[in-house]
Amino acid sequence: MATVDFIVQNQLPMQVVPPDWPGGYWWHWLFFTVVLITFTLIMVMGVIYVERRGLGRMQSRLGPNRVGPFGLLQPVADAIKVLLKENIVPDKADKIVHWLAPVIAFAPVLMIFAVVPFQNGALLADLNIGILYVVAISSVATVGVFMAGWGSSNKYSLLGAMRNVAAVVSYEMPLVLAIIGVVLVAGSLSMNQIVLSQDIPFILFQPLGFLIFFAAGCAEINRSPFDLMEADQELVAGFHTEYSGMKFAMFYLVEYAEAIAISAIITTLFLGGWRGPLLPPWLWVIVKIFVVFFLMVWTRSTFPRVRIDQLMALAWKFLFPLALINLFVTAIQVLVWPDALPWVLIIINIAIMVILVVSWSKFFKLGWGRLEV
Amino acid sequence: MTTTEMMTLKTEPFVLNFGPVHPSTHGVYRMRATLDGEVILDIEPVVGYLHRGIEKLAEERTYSGFIPLTDRLDYISPMSNNLGYCLAVEKLAGIKVPERAEYLRVIMAELQRLANHCIAVGSFLNDTGAYYTPFMYAFREREKIVDLFDMACGQRLTYNYMRIGGVSQDIPDEFLPALKRLVEQLPRWVDEYDVLLKQNEILLARTKGVGVLPRETAINCGISGPVARGSGVNWDLRKADPYSIYDRFEFDIPQGEAGDCYDRYRVRIEEMRQSLRIIKQAMNDIPAGPVRADVPHLIRPPKGEAYAHIEAPKGELGYYLVSDNSIAPYRCHIRPTSLINLTALREMVKGWKVADLIAIFGSIDITMGEVDR
Repeated sequence: MATVDFIVQNQLPMQVVPPDWPGGYWWHWLFFTVVLITFTLIMVMGVIYVERRGLGRMQSRLGPNRVGPFGLLQPVADAIKVLLKENIVPDKADKIVHWLAPVIAFAPVLMIFAVVPFQNGALLADLNIGILYVVAISSVATVGVFMAGWGSSNKYSLLGAMRNVAAVVSYEMPLVLAIIGVVLVAGSLSMNQIVLSQDIPFILFQPLGFLIFFAAGCAEINRSPFDLMEADQELVAGFHTEYSGMKFAMFYLVEYAEAIAISAIITTLFLGGWRGPLLPPWLWVIVKIFVVFFLMVWTRSTFPRVRIDQLMALAWKFLFPLALINLFVTAIQVLVWPDALPWVLIIINIAIMVILVVSWSKFFKLGWGRLEV
Repeated sequence: MTTTEMMTLKTEPFVLNFGPVHPSTHGVYRMRATLDGEVILDIEPVVGYLHRGIEKLAEERTYSGFIPLTDRLDYISPMSNNLGYCLAVEKLAGIKVPERAEYLRVIMAELQRLANHCIAVGSFLNDTGAYYTPFMYAFREREKIVDLFDMACGQRLTYNYMRIGGVSQDIPDEFLPALKRLVEQLPRWVDEYDVLLKQNEILLARTKGVGVLPRETAINCGISGPVARGSGVNWDLRKADPYSIYDRFEFDIPQGEAGDCYDRYRVRIEEMRQSLRIIKQAMNDIPAGPVRADVPHLIRPPKGEAYAHIEAPKGELGYYLVSDNSIAPYRCHIRPTSLINLTALREMVKGWKVADLIAIFGSIDITMGEVDR
């Protein structure tokens, strides 16, 4: 109870949505909706370019460099190519589910951006439970993915979708626990308040939380090395094997929009959001999103893929206990030592992270035995 | 119905078709896998999608006219195929090969082993899910070797370099300096991606203890090459039954112990280093002189039969020729490495997961051109 009291006592007054827009709320809503959708689509093109060029350089090749200057128009060319493809629905597919799946997968990803602050108070809705909303809404995309796997009536798709559901259910736990650590330090669930309270980026106060969140986030959105749901060497294309044309484009969009969303959440929770010197705040957000996304590209080009049982073991035996310990340590620090010097806390937390990760990985090994048949 | 019975889900195995068109079947191999969820209960290999009747075609061609067709067997390592066939014909007709040609053959065969292992290791790591990065790095090395082949015979994939009684033409003057440069550079390049991956926790978890091929099974199935040596079988034809001039060189035969995917991978990496040793010695000792014995284009070997086998990069490659004193072989039988190595696949994958099936399959290193012939 003491922790809850602490949160309640320390909660700053809510940042109210600026009502001085002409037309008030509805103009605000319209403006941010248009801006956010445009932002997402343009950012998706940006990260696709970064991913393809970055992967290319890391794999000792050039990457796409023919369309436009430095290949900048390659995402546009990709989009046009995908849109012109024939739309094929398998004969035995569940037509409605097959048709509906991309929409259901895409909508929640877009909705995440409603609570990402691009400036002080500049967000569609400053919910006082912002981060809770993110956690809730991001799981809905899984329903769309499973619908795609089920509706395609393809065994590869079904296997991919089942892997995805298993991964998301497991990784939600360490993800949320890592978030709670941040919430304890910030003393608020509102995304804007979390940014406002980061005089020092929380990655320094919560280094272990950041690692857990990054790993669990990569698993949630199926980035390598946890990209089991569309493991192309095993399941051809996983849940979207039977998709083509615009519906495939939607899934492609979801994949990268999710990556941007997770990067944006990491930016907000751990990297100080829009705060930063010199540059305008919205540019800081975009720069930080790209930095986090680059980390994902880097891991993708470096690591082999884990197996499904190793994926589950990593969630339950490695990330989950560490997240609990992290939460415990953070709670003690906030409760017992609320006015400690930040630099002392930073050094202590980094030391704790190093000790925990090293010692835990000594007796946790990913390997798993063969099943007797 | 008791509660336990109601709680227990009724499951049943299902059949999933891997291939013939699948990203990681290395061509058009097909496996009908019976799966219980993710666990493999059984697989049924289906071969023959690339059957071109090469053995039958040999009966309608002259002895030298068959050499280009041997390129098409294991198209990853055509030089070794050429060599094996030429050795068989020379044995049949009793032809002596000039000294310089023998050295050139050894250099080419060992370069071919390097090129083949580059692809084998690269595609194996790709099959474990490392997103094309090791593959691209491996291709960078292979490119340099292919450049050398290009220099020697003007071809980059199907070399058709060996002739009955020698090689088709002498190497140009710039070949040996270029080879020297390559031999100096290659160990560093091999280290570059080997260091990155040999201690990688995910790779160890995915390959250590996975797909174990016991020593006895390997011997009983007639497995050869790196797959057998990974299982601890000390069998290398270059030492066990030296052909050409292999008895003049100093080199070791790397062996594994556990017979798992990781040992097969390590054996290949070590073999690359040993091949470099052989090339270095051959490069220094190479004498001047003719590169081709005086052999007519149409030879009529005396009645009889001959079997010549070589240590091809993938294992023991044998050619069995029967002559009826005409210009074409009466019968040509090829002992394909890949097909015989594949026979142990079923034992190796039972009880493992879908992801392991692909990794184990990749660790055997097959070429469909040789499996189906």
